Formats: sequence, C-alpha cells, structure tokens
Amino acid sequence: MFSQAVFYFFAVLAVASAILMVTRRNIVHGAVFLITTLLATAGIFLQLEAEFLFVVQIILYVGGIMVLFVFVIMLVNLDVSMRLVQFNHQRFVAGTLALILGAQVFLAFKVGRGMLPHPAQQVMSPKNTEAVGDALFTHYMLPFEIASILLLVAMIGAVVMAKRRV
Amino acid sequence: MAPLMLSPEHYLMLSLALFTIGVIGVLTRRNVIIILMSIELILNAVNINLVAFSRLWGDVNGQVFAIFVITDAAAEAAVGLGIILAFFRNRETLLADEMDLLKW
Repeated sequence: MFSQAVFYFFAVLAVASAILMVTRRNIVHGAVFLITTLLATAGIFLQLEAEFLFVVQIILYVGGIMVLFVFVIMLVNLDVSMRLVQFNHQRFVAGTLALILGAQVFLAFKVGRGMLPHPAQQVMSPKNTEAVGDALFTHYMLPFEIASILLLVAMIGAVVMAKRRV
Repeated sequence: MAPLMLSPEHYLMLSLALFTIGVIGVLTRRNVIIILMSIELILNAVNINLVAFSRLWGDVNGQVFAIFVITDAAAEAAVGLGIILAFFRNRETLLADEMDLLKW
C-alpha cells in the first residue's frame, strides 16, 4: 500500500513536470522542470529497490548533466528567443504522429500483458551497490572499459567544439 | 525485502508516457536546447523500463545497463552542448529550422 502511494506520487510528479518541460516558453523553466522529472525518476528507482541507481541519478543527472545544461543556457540565452514562435510548422502533424506512436505501444502492452512474468516471487539482494559493482567489474568489464573510452572521446570532442580557435 | 507490489504494467505505462512526451518535444519544438533536453527525457524513460524489469526478475543486470545508458546520456549532452555553443557563436540563433546550411 505504501509502495503504491510512493509510486503514484512520483509517477504523477514525473509526467506533470515532463509536460510542463516540453510546453514552457522560457528555457530556464524547462530545465528546472526537467530536473523535477529526473528527481521523480530517482524516487521511482528507490521504490524499485535500486539504491545505487537512485544515488547515481541524483549525482550524475541532476548534479552533472543538468548543471551543464543550465550553464549553456546562461551562455546562449537570448531574450528575443522568448518572443518568437516556440513550435515549428509541422507541429500538429508531428504531435499527432507521436501520439499515434504512443497509442500503438499502449495497444501492444494491452495485448501482451498476459505474457509478462508474475512479479511477486522475486526478491532483490539487500546489498544493491555490492551486486551492481560485482556485475560491473566481472561480467561487464569490457563494456565498462569501452564506456570509459567513450567518455574520453566525448570530453575531447566537447573541448574541441567549444574552443574558439582550434 | 518485500516483494514488488505493483504490476509491471504500471512502470511500462509511466515509461511510455515519458517517452511519448519526449518524442513530442523533439518533433515539435524549435529550440535546440529543448530538443536536447527531450532526448534526455527519452533516455530516462528507457531507464525506468530497464530498472523495472531488473526488479521484476530479481536480477541486477538491468541496472548495469541503466548505468551504461546514463554514461551515454552524459557523453551525448557534453558533445551536443559543445556543438550548440559553436553554432551559436557562428549564427546567433538557437532555432532548429534556421540551421539550414546543408539544405538547398
């Protein structure tokens, strides 16, 4: 019962602030609403007993990526851009197509719901961080190293892109 | 540890709602920064699915995949924002439909 209340609270918070993020005129407001969505998702992770990801979500997404976004918004923000039309020419076609995509996946879930496994039997290990670290450094050793190379490449790419004269 | 109380459809529906909102944002907005933030929202919706199924199977592999997705999101945000900065310096605009140098 408590678990359900937590889920519905964070789910409504996440969806509502996501809608506000997409529709706001001011980019800074959009960024703040995206932060709210990400924090609500962190709450969902905690409700799913993924404690390590809960902390990673807050530190990395909210503390890292969103601060980067807010910095770039500060560097490029134009007061003129708030007075322009915020949606492009194909907005109605694009919105309808996106909603049709959503309805399609919804129908697929409705049809296939009987094939999902029964959730009540499984229990997670109480040592979540230890289990994640164990999987990350044994089974996923090579992907982990590749991810570090990816981050190095992204770092060099970002520096090259943001430099004035290369 | 108590077993999971909610059915997996709850998480699938939440993830689907966030994903659809993100797609609408990518397809309809003109501002490039909002488009990039909508992509972050889409990746986040995927993460909810991964963690929900990880909980469903009582297995930690889905969470490891979610960590890799977060890594990719960080790399994508860094490079994307660098491109936006470089573009803004050249053209003084942030609107996606004015980025038409390669169009004829």
